[in-house]
Amino acid sequence: MVLLVRAAGMLPVLLLLCLGFHFLSDGRFFSGQNLGIVLQQAAVNTVLAAGMTFVILTGGIDLSVGSILAASAMAGLAISTIPDLAAFWLLVSVLTGLGFGVINGALIALLRLPPFIVTLGSLTAVRGFARLLGTDTTIFNPSIPYAFIGNGSLTLIPGVVSIPWLSVIALLVILVSWLVLRRTVLGVHIYAVGGNESAARLAGIKVWAVLIFVYGVSGLLAGLGGAMQAARLYAANGLQLGQSYELDAITAVILGGTSFVGGIGSIWGTLVGALIIAVLSNGLILIGVSDIWQYVIKGLVIIGAVALDRYRLQGSART
Amino acid sequence: MSDPILEMRGVSKSFFGIRALRSVDLTVHAGEIHALMGENGAGKSTLMKILSGAYRPDPGGEIRIEGRPVRIEGPLGGRAAGISIIYQELSLAPNLSVAENIYLGREMSRSGLLARGAMRLGVGPILARLGADFLPSTPVAQLSMGQRQLVEIARALHARSKILIMDEPTTALSAGESERLFALIRQLRAEGLAIIYISHRMDEICALGDRVTVLRDGRLVGSLDKAEIRADTIVRLMVGRDVSTFYKKDHDPAAGRGHVVLTATGLADGRRVRGCSLTVHAGEVVGLAGLIGAGRTELAHLIIGASPKTAGHIEIEGRPIDIRTPGEALDAGIAYLTEDRRSLGLFLDMSCLDNINLAVLGRDAKLGCILDRDTARDRASKAFTALGIRAANVGVSAGVLSGGNQQKVLLSRLLATTPKVLILDEPTRGVDVGAKSEIYSIIDNLAKSGTAILVISSDLPEIIGICDRVIVMRAGQIAGQMERTAASPLSQEDIMALATGMEHAHA
Repeated sequence: MVLLVRAAGMLPVLLLLCLGFHFLSDGRFFSGQNLGIVLQQAAVNTVLAAGMTFVILTGGIDLSVGSILAASAMAGLAISTIPDLAAFWLLVSVLTGLGFGVINGALIALLRLPPFIVTLGSLTAVRGFARLLGTDTTIFNPSIPYAFIGNGSLTLIPGVVSIPWLSVIALLVILVSWLVLRRTVLGVHIYAVGGNESAARLAGIKVWAVLIFVYGVSGLLAGLGGAMQAARLYAANGLQLGQSYELDAITAVILGGTSFVGGIGSIWGTLVGALIIAVLSNGLILIGVSDIWQYVIKGLVIIGAVALDRYRLQGSART
Repeated sequence: MSDPILEMRGVSKSFFGIRALRSVDLTVHAGEIHALMGENGAGKSTLMKILSGAYRPDPGGEIRIEGRPVRIEGPLGGRAAGISIIYQELSLAPNLSVAENIYLGREMSRSGLLARGAMRLGVGPILARLGADFLPSTPVAQLSMGQRQLVEIARALHARSKILIMDEPTTALSAGESERLFALIRQLRAEGLAIIYISHRMDEICALGDRVTVLRDGRLVGSLDKAEIRADTIVRLMVGRDVSTFYKKDHDPAAGRGHVVLTATGLADGRRVRGCSLTVHAGEVVGLAGLIGAGRTELAHLIIGASPKTAGHIEIEGRPIDIRTPGEALDAGIAYLTEDRRSLGLFLDMSCLDNINLAVLGRDAKLGCILDRDTARDRASKAFTALGIRAANVGVSAGVLSGGNQQKVLLSRLLATTPKVLILDEPTRGVDVGAKSEIYSIIDNLAKSGTAILVISSDLPEIIGICDRVIVMRAGQIAGQMERTAASPLSQEDIMALATGMEHAHA
C-alpha cells in the first residue's frame, strides 16, 4: 500500500477530483474553455512551486516568493514605462527575482541562518521594497511589450486546440526543472544535501553552492511569475500582488509528495499538486460552493496532504 | 566486611540472539569503590543500563539491593532502587539553574507554582557538603565540566542514592579537576556510598579502586581484591584471547613498502588533538589505536579538512598541500570512511547507484554538468561484483541494505575516486562476521595494489590481525607506535599499555 501511494503519488486524486467536479457541475468541467481557464490559473503557481520544489528538496523553505513576485512585477512594470528600456522589462523582472533569491541563499548558506527565519524576514522586507518601487501606488502600462504571454494562446490546431502562453511557460519550467533535477550532477547534489547534509559535506559536495543555487532558482522563478502576472494584468500593486502566494506554492509541493525534511520528491508531483489546487478552486466555483467554504476545504486539503507526507515517510528508510 | 549493598547473580542480556552479557555476577559493598573494566564492547555499558533500568535483563538472573530482590524497570527504576548513574556525556539541561537541574523531574511546588526559593534552599547543604564554589541559582551553562559533574553528583545525593555509578568521569576534566573529583569520591566512600567506577585509565583504577571487576566479551573474567590490583594483571585479563585466522593479511610490507604517501606533521585542533604527526607509506596498512575519546576520529577529520586545524600541515607524496574541506581532500587523493555511516556517510533514501557514484559525478559528467548514466551504472555494477555487494539491483535504496552491504556501498564510493590514501574509521562496526572477513580481504587487496591505508579501530584483535604498524593515541597525542616484525608480533598488551598510559615492561 505504501509503495502504491509512493509510486502513483497524487495523480489519482487529481483525476478523481476532475471527474467528480465534471459530474457535479453537469458536465461543464471538461470543456475546452474551462480547461483553458484551469491551466491558466495554475500557471503562475506552478512556476513558483517548481522553484519551491528545489528549495524543499534541500530541506529548506522559501516564504518570500510572493513578495519577490510582487517586487519583480513592480520592477518590470517600472522599466516598461521608460520608452528606451521598455523592451528589457521581462529581463529586469526575472533578474530582480534572481537577485533577491541569491541574497536569501547567501544568508542561509554562508551565514548558516535558518531558511525559515531568513525568508520570513525577506517576506516582509521585499514586500516593502515592492511598495517602494511604485511609491506605494499601482503601476499601469496598457502597452507593455510582450503582453501576449499574459493573455495570448499558442495555437496548436487552428480553431480547435490552443494553449495559453502562461501554461506553455509553466510546462517549460517544469521540463527544465526535471532535466536539472534528474539529468545533471547538480540535481543529484540537491537530493544529497536534502537527504543528509553532513554526509554531503563529507562526500565533497559544496553544500553552500547548492543552497545558493536552489534559493536563486526559487527567486528567479518568482521573478518569472511576477513577469507573467504583470503581462496578464498590465499592472501591478506592490501591496496586493502575490499576497500569500508562498502558501499555495508550498501546498503544491507538499501535495506532490515532496518530503518536508528534504531528499525525497519529484517535480512531476509538484505539477500534479499545483493542478489539484487549480482544479479545486475552479471546481468549487463551478459547483457553486461559497467563497467562505472554499477556504475551509482548501485548508483541510493542506492538512490532509501533510498527513499523507507522514504516512509516506514511514515507508522510507529514514526514521 | 558489611553485607553487600548490591548483588547481581547470573545476569544475562541478549540482543537479537547476540549475547552481550553472559551470566555475570557482581557484588558491591557500601563504602567501596568498585572499578569495572573491559575493552570497548565488553559489556560494561550493557551492565550499567540494566542497573539504570534502560534494559531489562534476560530471565534467570537476580539483582538484590541490601539483600532484597529488586526489579529495576524503566528509566526511573534505577533511581527508585537507590542507584544513580553519571554518564560520560552529562545529562544536565544547560539552560536551567543548578537547583532546577538537581530537582529536575521532582520539582517542588506550592499550590501549583514552582517553588524556586525553596528549591534553592534545599540544595544548599548538599552543595556545601560537596564543597561547590557556585550558587544554586547559577545557570549550568556557565559552569565548567568539573563543576557540572558536581551538579550531577549533587543530584544523585539529593535523590538519596546509595549506589553511584560513574562512567569515565574524568574524560572531559582537566588534571586539577580530576584530582578534586578523586578527593570527593573518597569522601563519598567514607560517607558509606558504594561507587561503581568505570574507566579505561589504569592510573585512576590503581589509585582509587578497592576492588576491580573485569569483563570481556560479556563475561566476567576476573575480580581482584585491593592487594591484587596491578595494571599488568588487569590488562592481561582485559585482552587475553587468541587472534583467529579470521583476519586476512597477505600483503607483505617488508617487501612491498613503497614511498611515503601521507605525512601529517603537528596537527592540532586546539581542543581534542594536540600536535599529532604520522606517516603512511604506499602499500602499508597502519592501525590507529586508542581508547574512545583519545582523539582518533578527530585527527582523521583534521587530515581530511572536515574540521579546522589550528596547527600543523599535510604532505601528499612529499608535496605540501592545503586541505580545508573534505572535497579538497578527495581531490588530493585522500578518502575517508566515516565511523557513522548512517548519519555521516550514506544517503539512505538514494539508490546504491547514486550513493556509489556521488563523489565522481562531476568528473564523469558530459559537458561539465550532464549526468553520464551509462558510466555510472557500469561503475555501480562493477562495484557490486568486485566487493560482493548483495542487493536486488543497483537501484535499491541504500537504507534497506544490511550493515555489511551498506559499508561496502560506502567503500565503493571512496574507491571510485581511486584514492592514494584511504582512512577507514571503524570499518567493521555494526557489520556481521561474514562481511567483516570480506572487508579485511578488500583492505588487504587495496594494500597490495599500493594504496596507503590508515585504519582506526577500537577492536584490538582486528588491528593486530590486519595492520603492519600500529600508532597509539592517548588523550589527543600520539602515545607511541610499534611495528610488526617477524621477531616480535604486535601484542594487545603493549597497545593497551600505551593507550591507557601504563608503562608496561615489554619482555
